[in-house]
Amino acid sequence: MGARHEGLAPEREATVRALAARYAVQRTSLLPMLHDVQEHFGFIARQDVVTLADVLNLSIADVHGVVSFYTYFRTSPPLPHQISVCRGEACQAVGAEDLFAATRTAYRESADTEVSEVFCLGNCALGPSGTADGRLLGRLTVDRLTALIPPGRS
Amino acid sequence: MTLAPERDLGTPAVRSGPGDSGVTPVTVTVDGIPVSVPQGTSVMRAAALAGIDIPRACATDSLAAFGSCRLCLVEIDGARGTPASCTTPCADGLVVRTDTEQVQDLRRGVMELYLSDHPADCPGCLDGRCDIARLAREVGMAAADVDTVRAGLIGLTHGDASRDDSNPYFSFDPAACIVCSRCVRACAEVQGTFALTIQGRGFDSAVSSGGTDFLASECVSCGACVQACPTSALTEKTRLTFGPPTRSVDTTCAYCGVGCSFRAEVQGEGAATEVVRMLPLRAGGANEGHSCVKGRFAVGYAAHPDRQLQPLMRDHIDDPWQPVSWESAIERVASGFRALQQEHGPGAIGGISSSRCTNEEVYVVQKMVRAAFGNNNIDTCARVCHSPTGYGLGQTFGTSAGTQDFESVDHADVVLVIGANPTDAHPVFGSRLKRRNREGATLLVADPRRIDLVRSPHVEATLHLPVRPGTNVAFVNAMAHVIVTEGLADRAFLAERCEDVTAYLDFIARQEHSPEATEQITTIPAADLRAAARRFAAGPNSAIYYGLGVTEHSQGSTMVMGMANLAMITGMIGRPGVGVNPLRGQNNVQGSCDMGSFPHELPGYRHVSRPEVREIYDRLWGVTIPPEPGLRIPNMFDAALAGTFRGLYVQGEDIAQSDPNTRHVEAALRSMDLVVVHDLFLNETSRFAHVFLPGTSFLEKDGTFTNAERRINRVRPAMPSKVGKDEWQVVCEIATAMGYPMSYAGPAEIMAEVAATTPTFAGVSFERLDALGSMQWPVYDAESTGTPIMHVDGFVRGRGRLVLTEYVPTTERTSRRYPLLLTTGRILSQYNVGAQTRRTANTVWHPEDVLEIHPADAELRGIASGDTVELASRVGATHLRALISDRMPVGVVYTTFHHPVTGANVVTTENSDWATQCPEYKVTAVQVTVANAAGPR
Repeated sequence: MGARHEGLAPEREATVRALAARYAVQRTSLLPMLHDVQEHFGFIARQDVVTLADVLNLSIADVHGVVSFYTYFRTSPPLPHQISVCRGEACQAVGAEDLFAATRTAYRESADTEVSEVFCLGNCALGPSGTADGRLLGRLTVDRLTALIPPGRS
Repeated sequence: MTLAPERDLGTPAVRSGPGDSGVTPVTVTVDGIPVSVPQGTSVMRAAALAGIDIPRACATDSLAAFGSCRLCLVEIDGARGTPASCTTPCADGLVVRTDTEQVQDLRRGVMELYLSDHPADCPGCLDGRCDIARLAREVGMAAADVDTVRAGLIGLTHGDASRDDSNPYFSFDPAACIVCSRCVRACAEVQGTFALTIQGRGFDSAVSSGGTDFLASECVSCGACVQACPTSALTEKTRLTFGPPTRSVDTTCAYCGVGCSFRAEVQGEGAATEVVRMLPLRAGGANEGHSCVKGRFAVGYAAHPDRQLQPLMRDHIDDPWQPVSWESAIERVASGFRALQQEHGPGAIGGISSSRCTNEEVYVVQKMVRAAFGNNNIDTCARVCHSPTGYGLGQTFGTSAGTQDFESVDHADVVLVIGANPTDAHPVFGSRLKRRNREGATLLVADPRRIDLVRSPHVEATLHLPVRPGTNVAFVNAMAHVIVTEGLADRAFLAERCEDVTAYLDFIARQEHSPEATEQITTIPAADLRAAARRFAAGPNSAIYYGLGVTEHSQGSTMVMGMANLAMITGMIGRPGVGVNPLRGQNNVQGSCDMGSFPHELPGYRHVSRPEVREIYDRLWGVTIPPEPGLRIPNMFDAALAGTFRGLYVQGEDIAQSDPNTRHVEAALRSMDLVVVHDLFLNETSRFAHVFLPGTSFLEKDGTFTNAERRINRVRPAMPSKVGKDEWQVVCEIATAMGYPMSYAGPAEIMAEVAATTPTFAGVSFERLDALGSMQWPVYDAESTGTPIMHVDGFVRGRGRLVLTEYVPTTERTSRRYPLLLTTGRILSQYNVGAQTRRTANTVWHPEDVLEIHPADAELRGIASGDTVELASRVGATHLRALISDRMPVGVVYTTFHHPVTGANVVTTENSDWATQCPEYKVTAVQVTVANAAGPR
């Protein structure tokens, strides 16, 4: 009862409404709206869930369910550096599991780098694959990663 | 009664549309048993109808089939694989096998997966409220197999998830959850709130109340999720505290006029009875298995320590109360009343009956007044809510009641809601209306506020008509004007079924009623009004639902007749999906009016001036009933101040809090010699009382309530009276002590007297009600099972009468000093003056009344949300906290009256409906100023 009437940061709310205004008011617009919000702010804040629910006349739970379903959507601000390592079958066959473990170890102390997994980047022929700050890398090694994003600057 | 759950057929019945000549039947064979079902029925339901319950976890017949649990697999001849029986529709000639080796193997495999993520020590499995252990047995798993699986095949995914105990009434234990989505679907399909979702994916999937705990979420605590849960993940806290119930009683809720049927599951006997849980009944005609937070959970007031269990007396209202015996209290009341009559005449005393009490209790109160007091000074709290409904619908249609049953709205294409806020005040009907909107029906909402029906998740009104308080009649006339002048009226219906047609059509076609002319008055844009009128006329089925936003006005009765006109000129009367429907405020406001508790009417709305009606009662009661109407409640107060009215019996109504212009009411009460309050709690009115008689809660009552759809439902005691006497008994004893012997063997005998004397109740008896579940009056004879829809072939009064409904502005106007209009209403978690709901955990949602004010009005006055403001009218002033809300229109403020400290009625005026003196609660000119800022801004 009354969950909708919480105070929202007005500027952020206005931006989210402006981003949403480019789409038709229908349920299928929710995904592109969420993408735009994440692209703009880097993450989807709780208040954006409330705002988009209002825009589309959905419940907060409806929007929360969608956001939580997709691992791509994040609900907290990202760290400055992003590394992802593919754990799809093709990459696994060429050592991705070890690479993923080694990458996590290498960046364990880094306060500015997030290591995450991804399932297939469509770069199977050049596996193991990954991305570093959005840049697609094939034949990936920990050394290449640490050269691009030096770890341990906590 | 039984503790066995109501039969669940797994999937809902196929619904036929209006005008369908029924759905084509098909015949299928389930395990060799032939069964005939409507086309589209699921194989699961057909099997259940053949007596075969297919194991299932995600299916229940209150929700659409979902097909996720994979336990209900069957084999069908000629079909590939093993389809889920819940999502497979029956086709003619299907041969289904539900118990082959193949499906048994598959089910056991599925069950192993569930068990592997279900706690081995699940307390619900041990005490029977969790279905998982039972399902394992049902699919043929031996206890040893279960133990092996539980020893850890996969391990618990949800085992360490933490409980959510934030809701005061139920707790959520994700460890026991099997993520079948029944709760999520119940919240969406049944309640229409959509507060639950499945969060995450795969093994991480979990039921979530939208990323916060239940209390902070959108949840309205209706409990549909708890009821739908097949495990012990969602459980009533009372069930956790008390353990399983030992017996049950089917009864009727005592809150609003929806009148939901419940099974009260209780423990213990006699005075030691505890309510374990309230379970809404699928068989209940009004609610069909649904409920709201009040009916399901807020019953703790009945056992609240504030309950006054002993009679009290005092000589003077400033003295402290003294507990006394029933005998002394009754003797004091009887001799006191008689003495006042001797000194001041027979008309010096009177009584007020309560819409919270049973039909039988109300009947004996009006009988006590008419037979023992010897006057007609009997009125009811309906005076202050729906008396204009009684008058208006009586004048136009011939019956003082709504025309439809609730089910009718499932056939409506257009629903016009006027001055009602069903999602808060009549939540179970509100859910039904929202569902109809989701199915595609057009909603037109006429209300000053942007209520939830205008726009809330998955609900959207096509048009919101923000009618200015006090201008309803101008609005409804403009609707009719558009329909008549644009040639949209149903001329054939008017010619065949109505009278005074020409005069009305000439009147309504006058230019002053055009939307362009009324726009200045109502603030509704003419274009919107024209669109609404055209949509309403287009139907094909258009229904009107209204509440106290219609009746509590100086033109309340005119507006009721205006709506009747609107229905008649469009021919929207006499079939499913149409009609004029009051949403009655209180559980038995319909019934208390039916029982003759107005000063001018004997039971069945028959005027006291009619000698042939008086004769029935004169002969039966052995008295002579005066032919003149007695005093109405406001007249009683005036007469008290004039010194001619000296003694009052008040049952179950806190007039000092609920009636308008509190100061006037208090002065009247103070001036009387003997005020008798018969209630559950000491209240505002009892501050002025000399005798307090303890009353009984609905859990102790035996009798009937009649809801807004004229449905007479049985109220059965779950426990004996906590105060030693039933209320009807106390009334009889007062009458007897006054020298007029009154006695009944029980409430069934009282209803028998009602039936014997009142044609519309002739076929009603407890025996028949117990057999049929409920009946909707009129029930003219013992053959009839009641009348769900009225005026089908003709109006009760013969022809429907079109009454000229001239708009007359209220005298309550805004001015420079009082520039805002105050209107009042209810909120979901609280009920009226709050005597009950304030004594339950519902206060977590509404700890105090607040004043809602538009941002522009607030800014002008320097008001911030949370500030304490003074709310002042020409009559009085009070203080409460402000809430800035863009739901309000500019110039209108709103509050509730659930808490006595608010004193909302200190400011309301003595204006009232011209015909019935129903107070004009909905329009008071006020000013709002900051009294105390909440803090630094």
